[in-house]
Amino acid sequence: MGDLFSQEVLQETWDIVVNDMPLALWETFYVTVLATLFAVVIGLPLGVLLVVGEKDGILPLPKPLMGFLNVLINVLRSVPFLILMILVFPLTRLIVGTIVGTTASVVPLVIAAFPFVARLVESSLREVNPNIIEAAQSMGASPFQIIAKVMIPESVPSLISNVTIAVTTVLGYTAMSGIIGGGGLGKIAINYGYYRYKYLVMLIAVVILVLLVQIFQSVGTRLAKSTDKRLKIKQ
Amino acid sequence: MIELKNLSKTFFTTDGTLDALKNINITIQDGDIFGIIGMSGAGKSTLVRCINLLERPSSGSVLVDGVDLGTLGNRELRNIRRDITMIFQGFNLLMQRTCLKNVCFPLELEGKHAKEAKERALELLEIVGLRDKANSYPAQLSGGQQQRVAIARALATNPKVLLCDEATSALDPKTTQSILSLIKEINERLGITVVVITHQMSVIEEICRNVAILENGEVVEQGEVSRIFSAPRSQAAKHLVFPDGEETLSNRKDSHDVLRVIFNGSASTDTPLIAKMAVEIGVCANILYASTKSVGDRAFGSMLLSFPNDGVTAARAADYLRTLNGITVEEVR
Repeated sequence: MGDLFSQEVLQETWDIVVNDMPLALWETFYVTVLATLFAVVIGLPLGVLLVVGEKDGILPLPKPLMGFLNVLINVLRSVPFLILMILVFPLTRLIVGTIVGTTASVVPLVIAAFPFVARLVESSLREVNPNIIEAAQSMGASPFQIIAKVMIPESVPSLISNVTIAVTTVLGYTAMSGIIGGGGLGKIAINYGYYRYKYLVMLIAVVILVLLVQIFQSVGTRLAKSTDKRLKIKQ
Repeated sequence: MIELKNLSKTFFTTDGTLDALKNINITIQDGDIFGIIGMSGAGKSTLVRCINLLERPSSGSVLVDGVDLGTLGNRELRNIRRDITMIFQGFNLLMQRTCLKNVCFPLELEGKHAKEAKERALELLEIVGLRDKANSYPAQLSGGQQQRVAIARALATNPKVLLCDEATSALDPKTTQSILSLIKEINERLGITVVVITHQMSVIEEICRNVAILENGEVVEQGEVSRIFSAPRSQAAKHLVFPDGEETLSNRKDSHDVLRVIFNGSASTDTPLIAKMAVEIGVCANILYASTKSVGDRAFGSMLLSFPNDGVTAARAADYLRTLNGITVEEVR
């Protein structure tokens, strides 16, 4: 342990932190946000379908279709991310043109995150009071109007909370994508810490990751609370 | 006019089938305030949901102004639901919208311009007395205020019929009173037909002109509220009118003849009836039970009198009482 804090090690670590960390931090941030964004774009409609398409839902869909969606989501969610990254290489090459690098790592991240987001959206939408949906039906709302004007707006606070969970999970995954050449803090931690025994660098990368999670989580929680009109204090 | 014809609804549950409604026949005239009363599980909520087809009847038909709702397509049904709006026990406001936006909601569904919708919504909030709460959120309002917003929302599309599903059951007596007055005022001012679902007889007394009593999915008695109050025929009706046990009194196994004297809301309540009978024909009655109520705009009441069972006294009393105005006499036993 004495070596960990020697003058030489500290100097070297400082150089890495100054030279590599800012870019890594930016890469982690941008990959996380981009991947979550795509995951929400795919996962939100899917989550909506899971709720409205049920037998007793507002827009019942054919049972085989619902069965397929459920199995697809479950299968994608069961594959460990490390394996998934390798499995989707062909798709990554098709979309990005290469399988290594920061941008390429977005593809497996989206594939891993959208089924997760779909399930989170599903649970948010199920929290909407069914009586409110019934009231909308009694006013002549069409299924599409109920989705767009009742279910989604009524569950915005819960959706924000759940997307925050998704963001922090994706952040964890980005660290793993360092293994296949995805940039970011994960790459720094693995390349310096694991391959070159520079534990201090690894430790700093991890601390920054923890701080990022904290920041994302606080912002998400604050946003969820401030959008929830049910929490307004009675006047 | 709303006509329910031979309406039945069966639910298939894991515990077998449940006949929620059995062969219901009800006609509700335009401009009426029609009550449907029954205990929990009697099928009231299912019945009211059949009127706007939120619940599809298993058999029978629902006719609104002669149109059989069962034959309509989804789009036509959605349009007709703008004419038959509904308020609920739990208010069911959109919690993430302001009161104003809640009232705008049905207008948005229709595709009305935002500006036009806003004007109309403010007008309606004025009617229900909550214009100053336009920009508040439902969570900031009391239950009674929330129900007022729900009423404004239900009126937005200029409906012909307002369905009230236990609309006052979650409110305290005073608030209930004010909501009922509002519903009555709406009925009178706008000529909207109102269907009131409730388990409280007091609600029926307060605002309804006609009533149907529902028990185990069947209509056991229906008619004018004043008639049912003065002379309930079915067991369920008697139980609702005399919740505190007139029946047990009259069913007592003693050797007395019992008459029910019913006041139909005329001047006879001013006369000292029992004393007059004692003086004029020499019959002394024992009062087992007496209750008077104000139903609608008239006063009603009933009394249970017992007489020695000598076979003549009760008959003489009945003959005498029948000569008086505004009084109906029934032999209970």
